[in-house]
Amino acid sequence: MGSGRFFGGVHPSYNKGLSDSSAIVEMPLPEKLVVFFAQNLGAPSQPVVKKGDEVKKGQVIAEAGGFVSTPVHAPTSGTIDSIGIYPSPVGVDAPAAVMIPDGKDEWFEECNVERSSEGLGVEKIKEMIHDNGIVGMGGATFPTHVKLSPPAGKKMDLLVINGAECEPYLTADHRLMVEHAEGILDGAALFANVIGVDRVVIAIEKNKPDAIEVMRKAVAGRQGFSVEALGVIYPQGAEKQLIYALTKRKVPAGGLPMDVGVLVQNVGTALAAFKAVRYNRPLIQRVVTVTGSGIREPKNVLARVGTRFEDIVNFCGGLKGDAAKCINGGPMMGVAQYSLDTAVTKGTSGLVILRQEEVAQFVSDACIRCARCLDACPMSLNPSALSIFIEKMRFDDANEYNVMDCIECGCCAYVCPSRRPMVHHFRRAKAEIRKLQRKAG
Amino acid sequence: MEDNMEGKTPEEKPAAEPAAEKPAPTPGPKPKKAEVGPRFVVSSSPHVHDGRTVSQIMRLVIIALAPAALYSIYIFGLDALRVIVISIASAMIFEAMSQKIMKRPVALRDSSAALTGLLLAMNLPSTSPWWLIVVGNFFAIVIAKQLYGGLGYNPFNPALVGRVVLLISFPVHMTARWVTASRFGTDAVTTATPLSLMKDSLATLGHIDVAFGREEIFDLLIGNRAGCLGETSVALLALGGLFLIWKRVISWRIPVMFIGGVWAMTGIFHLFDPAHYADPSFHVITGGLFIGALFMATDYVTSPVTKKGMLIFGAGCGVITVLIRLWGAYPEGVSFAILLMNAATPLIDRYTKPRVFGAADKKKVAA
Repeated sequence: MGSGRFFGGVHPSYNKGLSDSSAIVEMPLPEKLVVFFAQNLGAPSQPVVKKGDEVKKGQVIAEAGGFVSTPVHAPTSGTIDSIGIYPSPVGVDAPAAVMIPDGKDEWFEECNVERSSEGLGVEKIKEMIHDNGIVGMGGATFPTHVKLSPPAGKKMDLLVINGAECEPYLTADHRLMVEHAEGILDGAALFANVIGVDRVVIAIEKNKPDAIEVMRKAVAGRQGFSVEALGVIYPQGAEKQLIYALTKRKVPAGGLPMDVGVLVQNVGTALAAFKAVRYNRPLIQRVVTVTGSGIREPKNVLARVGTRFEDIVNFCGGLKGDAAKCINGGPMMGVAQYSLDTAVTKGTSGLVILRQEEVAQFVSDACIRCARCLDACPMSLNPSALSIFIEKMRFDDANEYNVMDCIECGCCAYVCPSRRPMVHHFRRAKAEIRKLQRKAG
Repeated sequence: MEDNMEGKTPEEKPAAEPAAEKPAPTPGPKPKKAEVGPRFVVSSSPHVHDGRTVSQIMRLVIIALAPAALYSIYIFGLDALRVIVISIASAMIFEAMSQKIMKRPVALRDSSAALTGLLLAMNLPSTSPWWLIVVGNFFAIVIAKQLYGGLGYNPFNPALVGRVVLLISFPVHMTARWVTASRFGTDAVTTATPLSLMKDSLATLGHIDVAFGREEIFDLLIGNRAGCLGETSVALLALGGLFLIWKRVISWRIPVMFIGGVWAMTGIFHLFDPAHYADPSFHVITGGLFIGALFMATDYVTSPVTKKGMLIFGAGCGVITVLIRLWGAYPEGVSFAILLMNAATPLIDRYTKPRVFGAADKKKVAA
């Protein structure tokens, strides 16, 4: 196994020191929760509760809306106060249930009951992972049971547990590895069992030596498990780049990791899946790194899904006076929020608050063709040419130049001296091209 | 970091309530949109930047040129300083004027006009009259750059367009009034450049007759010779070029292929017929090859962005330079070579499109 590196990438300031040594703290139950019904990539979940309903902790409040979908559960016991449209942290407005907790935090019937996962069939494990609403917790929120169901004929030989956490500032996965190594490995063992592989690699960037040490100790007795320390370069944790760095296998353009026999799962997902199968515990809380120079007390917060950003910020001592930007996720790929009136979802890995001086705004200029973006692009695209095409609405040319392979990591915009909004352009082009393809097909 | 910050405060961003107009698809009371906390800046990811700006890059190139420029003042005297000052000033005035007239934001702070002025000055003889410098900068800035849309849109290197217009329109001023190193206070001696000496001797004597011993090589390297301001000191230009490569402002690809190409191609001819073809090292350290290869051919806007493209571009520049030097009407071909390759740049970029990650293995996996 090569601990090689991928092509391209950048070295942003990681700023993880703000929070990487603070243990995960559980946030007290807030007075109000806003639970979005669409908590996964794919089909949105369908609400099954109405205003005034009493629900228990872990009770399904929205059912899966298709195969590529998962149910959503009540994060505590209480009353559905209203159902309406709320600004979601991914930048669109989405339907959500407002819940007023009753303070008892009572579990729903079958939930949170320990049982052995021994002898459970593969299908049963997948079912439990689905029923407990497990999605990719690195931020993409892709339903985990789908990733665990490769089409017949796909041979898998390697499971990668992604603890790279290459996004600057974020330390949620780091703390999970330090504090919950066994649970993560138990989850990994479940995944390995489901897809039938006997080799499991825990991939961690070298800037987390304590996590590497803890995980190395934890894997010692487990057959087929190993820990790989990876170079510190963004986007090391992007699936295709991670797989290449570990195995020198290239996921084909437009393909999936399963095309090269690999399954990648985030450490948080592994832990959540373990709890789902062992305790029948739905995914109703997650670790959120609340950090940045604009927050008074950076913390790794164990927060319920539905916790409002305002409450979580107050729990961390509140904003500093010149806080100017609030990002859901990390600063490279996260989504800027226009207010704190939104709530934690299953994909909220962090809340990064930046101050005025870090949020300098620029007017973008013409491309000077310096080619820095070509050096930075981990997908070997030509972002310079792409952005020029898209500015001129030449989406067919953008397609020919493989804009659909863009992983939106932001390396090109990070290095662009003309401050061109590259990622914005590429997202737009992808949407336009999909629209054209739908029309044509 | 504060470039282009004027008049842009977070308050001007459309930060609030884009959702307010949308109807709720589900029944039930619409929650009140309370304005919680401060208004935040909203923009597309990424939210951090490495801090490199266009003006920084331009300034680094100016810094890299500075030793050679200062040295030209040392060897050509205050005349060289005069050329540099007039050139930079006229470039900046033309830039500001055209941006005003075309109602574009005046962007002198990006330093690109100053750099063009300096580069053109480095491509002029120290004897250039003031009007020659101004005309050159007019063509460089107004015709070659601003009329095409300004920085980023010009297909040809502005400074080289300025130089070539002058070379063709005013050949006497551009090629016949050389002075050798005079230092301050010493009288200038009119002479010819090494390349024209070579070409003249070939025409009159039928074979190459230029001295190229240890002393001559040393003089050529430190810049003790006739030529344009910036052609002279190969050593200082190389130093500036290495600085730019070290600072990752330019890639090694174009200069190495350009200079290496000239060396290899002239070397082959020299090997077979040394009487008619000069030593390849002579070709490399004379003329404008170093300033051309390190500072003109590497101009971002007019050279390829792909790695393979840069190699092709550099090699093409080398080949054309040699063709002109050996068989063309002009003693020097660096400017024409770069401009011709500028024209080929879009095509080169198109045919050297980088292969997307994973594209190579597609067939293998499918099979």
